[in-house]
Amino acid sequence: MPKLPAPPIPAPLKAPPPRPGQGNGDGPLEEAKNAGISVVGWVDERTSLSGAARWLMFRKVPKGTNWFYTLGSATMFAFLNQAVTGVFLAMYYRPEPAGGAYESIRYITNDVFLGQFVRGMHKWGASVMVVLVFLHMGRTFFFGAYKYPRELNWVIGVVLLILTMAMGFTGYLLPFDERAYWATTVGVNINGTGPLLGPYLSDFLRGGAEINATTLSRFYAIHMLLIPGLMAALIGAHLYLVAKLGTTAPPWRKAETRAELRETEV
Amino acid sequence: MADRRDKHKSKYTLDRGMPGAFEGETVTRRRFMTGTAHGAGAVAAGAFALPALGFALGPIFKTNQHRWEVIGTVDQFPDNNYVPVVITLVPNIGEAGKSTAYVRKFNPEIDTDPYDRNTPYIAVSDRCAHLGCPVRWVDASERFVCPCHGGVYDLLGRRVSGPPVRPLDRFYTRVNGEQVELGSRFSVNSQLRRFSPRDPGEPLDGIGQYLYPSRPDARK
Repeated sequence: MPKLPAPPIPAPLKAPPPRPGQGNGDGPLEEAKNAGISVVGWVDERTSLSGAARWLMFRKVPKGTNWFYTLGSATMFAFLNQAVTGVFLAMYYRPEPAGGAYESIRYITNDVFLGQFVRGMHKWGASVMVVLVFLHMGRTFFFGAYKYPRELNWVIGVVLLILTMAMGFTGYLLPFDERAYWATTVGVNINGTGPLLGPYLSDFLRGGAEINATTLSRFYAIHMLLIPGLMAALIGAHLYLVAKLGTTAPPWRKAETRAELRETEV
Repeated sequence: MADRRDKHKSKYTLDRGMPGAFEGETVTRRRFMTGTAHGAGAVAAGAFALPALGFALGPIFKTNQHRWEVIGTVDQFPDNNYVPVVITLVPNIGEAGKSTAYVRKFNPEIDTDPYDRNTPYIAVSDRCAHLGCPVRWVDASERFVCPCHGGVYDLLGRRVSGPPVRPLDRFYTRVNGEQVELGSRFSVNSQLRRFSPRDPGEPLDGIGQYLYPSRPDARK
């Protein structure tokens, strides 16, 4: 005969729950198993973060959500890859134009353990991120997910796109080999072709009339400090708006007409 | 009605009906305190923001040092062919600051332009006027060829084919005893008239010289 569950005990007769810190007669094995959740509980009691985590993760998504919707997270993952590999590269890189930069990159590629791998992840990760960012932008556009009330999110996304391009541009100079030097020369001169303010813009980027020591330091500071900070802040804002406003259904999905089958009113 | 409107425009808070106003007060104590706090904050923010801004924008306004560099002796350069020399454009950064210039002696048959009259040697920069790639002098066809986007220039550096917008830049030259010295850069328009140096991609014909003004840090 299968064992039936015990009948529910009425509330006044139930044993009171154990007070925190009192213990409930568990052996050391039980205590060890509970260690993880009790740490989380300790933090949550002092920060109320679990409420925010539930709000972020257990959101409702519309019917018809498909794999296209993963492109945004994929882009963020690529960004995190760039950030982490970038930190490890920064531990060895030297922004000196008179040989230090090229030599440090050579050292990373040839002599550092897994240096070639980390540098490769960073270099290819940049291309991966640009591809994903464009696919994500295309998905958002063709699904009409930029319309009210998500216009601000679209604007933040465009700013993030521009910052991604700027990261690629500034990072390209850092190895300071022939390709980096001449590609940056050409890129900065393209900026200079804008009328009236163009020459001043290219001077500002280069830090002078020619590519010099200031140029490499500037590009390094912009690449390491300025733009990552801005991108982190804007990605945070972008994610907050996505969680707050929710995602849209794909355009081929029409609204449910029968009221009794709808879960939430939009 | 007009009376009430005038009362709001009065500079005395007593007339405006501000609670706690006394006779002759124009600025309330609250406004004074907030204004002072804002002012102190602005001074503090300016104390770290303005130097940082100056640091970032400073190089735009720095003036160039004028240097003459020895590139060879007077008998090294023919008058019908270019000889490449290595020059230092930016000191103290090693190989990255070096560039190539193509030098030949002034030839009255070729250099008929009145602007070139007093130049002992013609030194042509290797910076392509399209977007800055280094051009190469090809002796057999008497052309400068740019590898990046196919710009081609003739013996005088004038554009023959491709996307460049003006002729190649040149350098001032002078003779010091037996030595030839190279000076600072200048740009030319298609009539070989001289201008202060411009970046590649900036045309200098007609309205171009006003649309792309010369910058303080690039002038001699």
